[in-house]
Amino acid sequence: MDRAATAARIAEVIEPFNKNGIAIDETTSFAGDLEWDSLTVMDFVAAIEDEFDIIISMNQQAEIETYGQLIDAVTTLQG
Amino acid sequence: MNDMTPPEAATKAPETDLFSKFDALIETRRSLLATGVTDPFSLVMEKVLSPTTAICNGRETILLGTYNYMGMTFDPDVITAGKQALDDFGAGTTGSRVLNGTYAGHRAVEEALKEFYAMDHAMVFSTGYQANLGIISTIAGKGDYIVLDIDSHASIWDGCKMGDAEVVPFKHNDIEAMEKRLRRIPEGAGKLVVLEGVYSMLGDIAPLKEMIRIAKSYGAMVLVDEAHSMGFIGPNGRGVAEDQGVLEDVDFVIGTFSKSVGTVGGFCVSNHPKFEIMRLVCRPYVFTASLPPSVVATAATSIRKLMHAGNKRAHLWENSRTLHGALTQLGFKLGTAEPQSAIIAVIMPDLERGAMMWEALLREGLYVNLARPPATPAGMTLLRCSLCAEHTAEQVSVIAGMFERAGKAVGII
Repeated sequence: MDRAATAARIAEVIEPFNKNGIAIDETTSFAGDLEWDSLTVMDFVAAIEDEFDIIISMNQQAEIETYGQLIDAVTTLQG
Repeated sequence: MNDMTPPEAATKAPETDLFSKFDALIETRRSLLATGVTDPFSLVMEKVLSPTTAICNGRETILLGTYNYMGMTFDPDVITAGKQALDDFGAGTTGSRVLNGTYAGHRAVEEALKEFYAMDHAMVFSTGYQANLGIISTIAGKGDYIVLDIDSHASIWDGCKMGDAEVVPFKHNDIEAMEKRLRRIPEGAGKLVVLEGVYSMLGDIAPLKEMIRIAKSYGAMVLVDEAHSMGFIGPNGRGVAEDQGVLEDVDFVIGTFSKSVGTVGGFCVSNHPKFEIMRLVCRPYVFTASLPPSVVATAATSIRKLMHAGNKRAHLWENSRTLHGALTQLGFKLGTAEPQSAIIAVIMPDLERGAMMWEALLREGLYVNLARPPATPAGMTLLRCSLCAEHTAEQVSVIAGMFERAGKAVGII
């Protein structure tokens, strides 16, 4: 799946997690802009993993701070 | 205040430095204590009278938060063994297990563990924390995958981080979530599944039978932390894996001397034929001093007594069921619907009322653990009660009364 298609699917997955309806672009940060707590992060990561049938290990998660970085990582992880 | 209180603002901290990251926690703590509540994290036991009673703040207090499940801390045989070892071998070993720190007593306690678990190898660490830290970080390294429950103990997480493996958590006790993650691990990568028999925050047990079956079907090695089950869960007190009939499929059991055994120390038992190499490659085993001779002597004596403690075990379970029933009836919200272990977690509405309830219980003469994030799952504040085989039926009834009065005073029930 190319980056654009991946981004479109991530946008669908993130929708129910974005409870405050914050406008998300590539530079939006999960901790700073979305203010997610660790539980929300865990549930969201699990939802992304299930959607794409991939593993995003804690080590990889540590490198993902922004929405754009997530799209890049998921695009790469699908191989 | 006590003598340890530093003089007021002797030195002013700079606006920002390495301590700035703790500012939020410092503020939470300050505002909690500003309400006038006693600091739940600086209680001093002035005198310990028995496994179930101590003097705290000058008054006799029932202990219901010590993990001293089998009440071995004052067992006469255990005390005698410790005193004898102190006389015969001195106060400490001043050395690593692999240099001058292995005495006859260290070998003897490892023999006792091998017999207790009916396993081929036993390795004793200076604490349970170090046992998890050491074994996990040593066997799962760069490129390997660790699949673990999200509610795992801090020592497990720290072991994962230290070993540099890929760390893949799954939702607490969720068999399907665990399997999905195992299925997605790349072909050929080393896999370790880390589980606990009893999860100490809510006192719930894991569905080890199914989880271990699945882990094995994906070719993973399995490590189970049985810290909170030793001595009273399973036909021989070997823990939840034994109770569910899957102990022989567990590659590594991690345990501690600081709960049922009644002293301090940690261990790993295993049937792996190459296990002994761990003694040379496991840094938290090598680069620290071994346990004092008196400690290993008390541990060995206690472990051997735990092999024949059927009556105490039965009484511990009776205590757990009685208190769980009483607290449920009083209207408290508990961590499990039925008693699954010797831990009963009472769920508090928030930290402030949790601290108030904790203090009200202490005034009644009862000590429980106040547990709060990040130790607790889902941001919960808990009053964690751990029962002891030495609590009498009368004490358990007194405890229920204390909970009733304190709960009403604080407005929780």
